[in-house]
Amino acid sequence: MQDKPITLKVLDIVSLILLGISTYLALVFAPTELVMGDVQRVFYFHIGTAWTALMGFILAAVFSVVYLIKKDLKWDRYQVAAIEVSLVFFFITIVLGSIWARPAWNTWWTWDPRLTTAAVTELIYIAYFMLRQGIDDPDRRARFGAVYALVGGLSAPITFFAIRLFRTIHPVVIGGANAEAEGGFAMTADMRVAFFFALFAFTVIFVDLYWNRIRLGNLQEKVEQLKLKVTL
Amino acid sequence: MFLQTPTPDTSGYMIAGYAIAFITMALYVASMALRSRNLHQDLTTLQEMDKSAREKEAAGKQSGR
Repeated sequence: MQDKPITLKVLDIVSLILLGISTYLALVFAPTELVMGDVQRVFYFHIGTAWTALMGFILAAVFSVVYLIKKDLKWDRYQVAAIEVSLVFFFITIVLGSIWARPAWNTWWTWDPRLTTAAVTELIYIAYFMLRQGIDDPDRRARFGAVYALVGGLSAPITFFAIRLFRTIHPVVIGGANAEAEGGFAMTADMRVAFFFALFAFTVIFVDLYWNRIRLGNLQEKVEQLKLKVTL
Repeated sequence: MFLQTPTPDTSGYMIAGYAIAFITMALYVASMALRSRNLHQDLTTLQEMDKSAREKEAAGKQSGR
């Protein structure tokens, strides 16, 4: 295993700095929302993690197609890495949303279309790893995983558009308003700064974690190859 | 203006949210570091096994001559 490239080391540090700045902007710089109070501040990380996670799931679906065409296990490793990091980010999204919902909607959870599709998406990708665990043959595992991730990838756009297509109480902050939404708010200029910075910061953090996870996958592959060689 | 509802104190939820977000990210980074360390250990062990197997094979060939 080669040493960590200098670019990745720099990206690790940049990610940490961006996370710090984004936290500062969300907790200190952005003004307090008058109706909901401080809990509205979780919105910045909620959207930041949701955006990167959904993009990651779509990226994984794209890698699935590439794997099915090229049959190169490299693409399988890229896909697994994208799904694993996205799964962690999406877990944060759901938990932050639930925490926000408690004071805003007076409940931790409701089976609203957005919340339901988000929960289904998370469960689909947890099941993805369970499926992979159950298959020993690497090629078969990659093939099954690719087909599953390709179909599972559909859940990402469905989750994104759920609040735009169905009647829901989940607010649409960007790109439209929903008559039934509860807890929506208009962003001030300072809120927009914190919001867009969080989107940028989480995109960089995602790339950093993703790159590190790919390297881990490559190392795992090397160990598995050597294990086969030694046991034969 | 006098009837306006004051902003509620929901800072506890905010703190809980950020704490969970940071703890989750930290746990994930730690899990990657742990997995990486274990894989490096496995790799070293397997490389040593591979090396000794090759040495034995070479010694067997030499004694066969």
